[in-house]
Amino acid sequence: MTSSSLTLPARRATFFAARNAIVERYVPVATMVLALIAIWYVAAVAMNWALVRDAFEREETPYTVSDVLAGTMDAERPLLPAPHQVINAFVDGVFGYPPLAPRSLIYHSLVTLSATVLGFILGALFGIALALLIVHSRVLERSLLPWIICSQMVPVLALAPIFIVVLGAIGLQGLLPKSIISAYLCFFPIAIGMVKGFTSPDPLQIELMRTWSATSRQVLWKLRWPSAVPYLFASLKVAITISLVGAIVAELPTGGEAGIGARLLSGSYYGQTIQLWAALVAAAVLASALIGIVGLIERGVNSRMGAH
Amino acid sequence: MDPRKLRLGFLLATGAIALAFVLPIAPDALPLMARPYLKEIAGAAGLLFLLAAWFADNRATVVGLAGALLAATASLALLNDASVAGAAQAGFWMIVLASWLSVALSLVNLAALQKLRRRAQQAVNLAVPLLFGATAFYLWEVAVRGLGVPTVLLPPPSAAATRFFASLPTLAADFTQTFIRGVLIGYVIGCGAGLLVAILAHRYQFLARGLLPLGNFFSALPLVGVAPIMVMWFGFDWPSKAAVVVLVTFFPMLVNAIAGLSASGHIERDLMRSYAASPGQSLTKLYLPAALPFIFNALKINATLALIGAIVAEFFGTPTQGIGFRISTEAGRMAIDMVWAEIALAALAGMAFYGCVTLAERATTFWHPSYRT
Repeated sequence: MTSSSLTLPARRATFFAARNAIVERYVPVATMVLALIAIWYVAAVAMNWALVRDAFEREETPYTVSDVLAGTMDAERPLLPAPHQVINAFVDGVFGYPPLAPRSLIYHSLVTLSATVLGFILGALFGIALALLIVHSRVLERSLLPWIICSQMVPVLALAPIFIVVLGAIGLQGLLPKSIISAYLCFFPIAIGMVKGFTSPDPLQIELMRTWSATSRQVLWKLRWPSAVPYLFASLKVAITISLVGAIVAELPTGGEAGIGARLLSGSYYGQTIQLWAALVAAAVLASALIGIVGLIERGVNSRMGAH
Repeated sequence: MDPRKLRLGFLLATGAIALAFVLPIAPDALPLMARPYLKEIAGAAGLLFLLAAWFADNRATVVGLAGALLAATASLALLNDASVAGAAQAGFWMIVLASWLSVALSLVNLAALQKLRRRAQQAVNLAVPLLFGATAFYLWEVAVRGLGVPTVLLPPPSAAATRFFASLPTLAADFTQTFIRGVLIGYVIGCGAGLLVAILAHRYQFLARGLLPLGNFFSALPLVGVAPIMVMWFGFDWPSKAAVVVLVTFFPMLVNAIAGLSASGHIERDLMRSYAASPGQSLTKLYLPAALPFIFNALKINATLALIGAIVAEFFGTPTQGIGFRISTEAGRMAIDMVWAEIALAALAGMAFYGCVTLAERATTFWHPSYRT
C-alpha cells in the first residue's frame, strides 16, 4: 500500500463530508420553501375559486373547470393572490416606474427607510446613553430600570396615533414624528443589551483596571465598551426590525400619503390585494437588507477588533 | 451619600421654600403668605427640610420624604386656584423644585442602603421605583397644569385618571373585545401551534433543519403588516385580530421551543434510554421540562407582541369597540384624555399579562439556576 492510496479515500471522505454538509444545510430549507409555495398555490386556488366562479356566472358565459382554475391564478382582486402575481407586482413596482414616481415601490420604501434609519439612530443613541447612566448610577439602576421594562409592557404602537396627532398639533410633521415612534420602540432592546454588555467584563478585569488606578472614563473606553460590542450588535439587529415595524405602523394614522404603511392602508381600503402583498414583500426585503447591513458592519468591526 | 452634599441639598430645598414665600406665585394670585392652611403646610415642609439637613443621615430620608409630600400637596392645592393654573410664576416653581429636590435626595439615600435584612431589602427595592414613578407623574401633572399646556396636546394624568374611572363600562367592553377575545384566544392558539410544530420538528430533524432558518427569517419580518389581509379574510370582528396574534406569536415560540427541546444534556438523554423510556415519556419527563425556560422566554416575548398585534389590527377595521378602535376614533375627535385612559388600560392589561406569565414561570421553573440564588 502506498501513501497515496492511503490518503486518497480520506480526501474523498472530506470532499463528501463537505458536500453532505451543504446538502444537510440547504436541502431541508429548500424543501420547506417549496412546500410553502405549493401550499400557497393550493390555498390561492381554494380561496379564489368561489370568487372566480361567481364572476363567470354573473357574466353568464359558459365555463369549464380549467377556466376557473386559470382564473384563480390571475384574478384582479383575489382573496389570496398567487405567488407569481405578487412577485410580478413587486418587480413591476420596483422596476416598472421611475424611482420617484408615486406608484414606485422604491419611492415608498425610501420614505419608510428614512424614518426607520433616523428613528434607529435616535433610539440607539438614547438606548446607549440610558445604559451608560444606569451602569454608572446605582440610584438610576434601582429606580429607572423597572420603569424602562414597564414602558415596554405598554403596547407602544398604540401610542403612535396620538404621537402623530400631538406632534402634528405643535407643527411637527413628516419624518420626525414617525422616527420618534421608531426610536421609542427600538431603544429598549439596545438599552437592556448594553446594560448587560457594560456589566459583562469579569470582576477580575475591573479590579485590574483599578490597580492601574484607571479613571472611570478609561474603564469605560478600554474595558467596558470593547466588551459590550458583541451585545451591541446583537441588540442592534433586533432593534432595526422593530424600528421598521414602528415606521410602518406610524404611517397608518397619517392618512397614508407615502410609505409602505400607507401602501398597506390604501391597499386594504380599496381591496387592492396584490398591491398589499407587494408592499409586504417590500417590507420583508427591506427588513432582511437592514439586518444584512448591520451584520456586515458587525463583521467589519469584529475583524478590526482582531476577531477571526 | 456624602452627608455634606446631602446637607447642602436639603438646605437648598429649604431656601426654595423660603423663596416661595417671597416671590410671586402668579400675576393675579394671592401670595403664599396670605393663604390660610397653605402657608402652614408650606412652612412645615420647609421646617422638615431644615430638620433633614440637620440629620443628614438615614433619618433624613424619612423626614425629607414627609417634607416633599407636604410641599407637593401645597403645590397641587395651589393649582386648584384658577388664577394660578396656567400662569404659574417663580414662587410656585420654587415649591415644585423643593419637592423634587428632596425626593431625589431621599431616593439617592434610599438606594444607597446596603446590608439590609432580606425583607427590608425587598421593601426598598419596591419603594425606590414606585417613588420614582410617583415623582414622574407629579412633575407631569404640575408641569402641564402650571404651564397651561392645552389638554389636546397632553392632558394631566389626573384628567386621564378621572376619565378612566368615569368611563369604566366602555373600557370594560373594549377590554373584553380586544384582550379576552382577540389577544387571549390568538395567544393560546399561536403559542400552542408553535409548541406543537416544535415538538414535531424535534422528532423529525429534517423538519427542524428546514424550519429553523425560516422561523428566524419570519420572526424578523414586520408581521403586523399582514393585519389588513387578515381583516379582509376573517372580517371586522375578533377572529381577524386573533389571526394576527396567532401569526405574530407563532414564530418566536417555534424558534425558542426548538432551541429549548434540544437543551437537555447528553447524560440525561442516555439515562432516559437506559430506562427504556418511550418517546412520549422522555418528551414529558425530560425534553419539555428542560425546554421550559426557553418556552417561558417565548411566552414573555409573545405577551407584548400579542397585545401590539391585536391593537394594530384594529386600526384596519373593527366593530364599534376595542382598544385600538377607541384610540383611533377618540384621537380623531381630539378627546385625548380618553385616549390616555385607553393607553393606561392597555398598559395595565399588558403588565398584568406579563406578570401572570412571570408568576407561572417562577412556579414551574423554580429549579432553574437563575432562581436558585
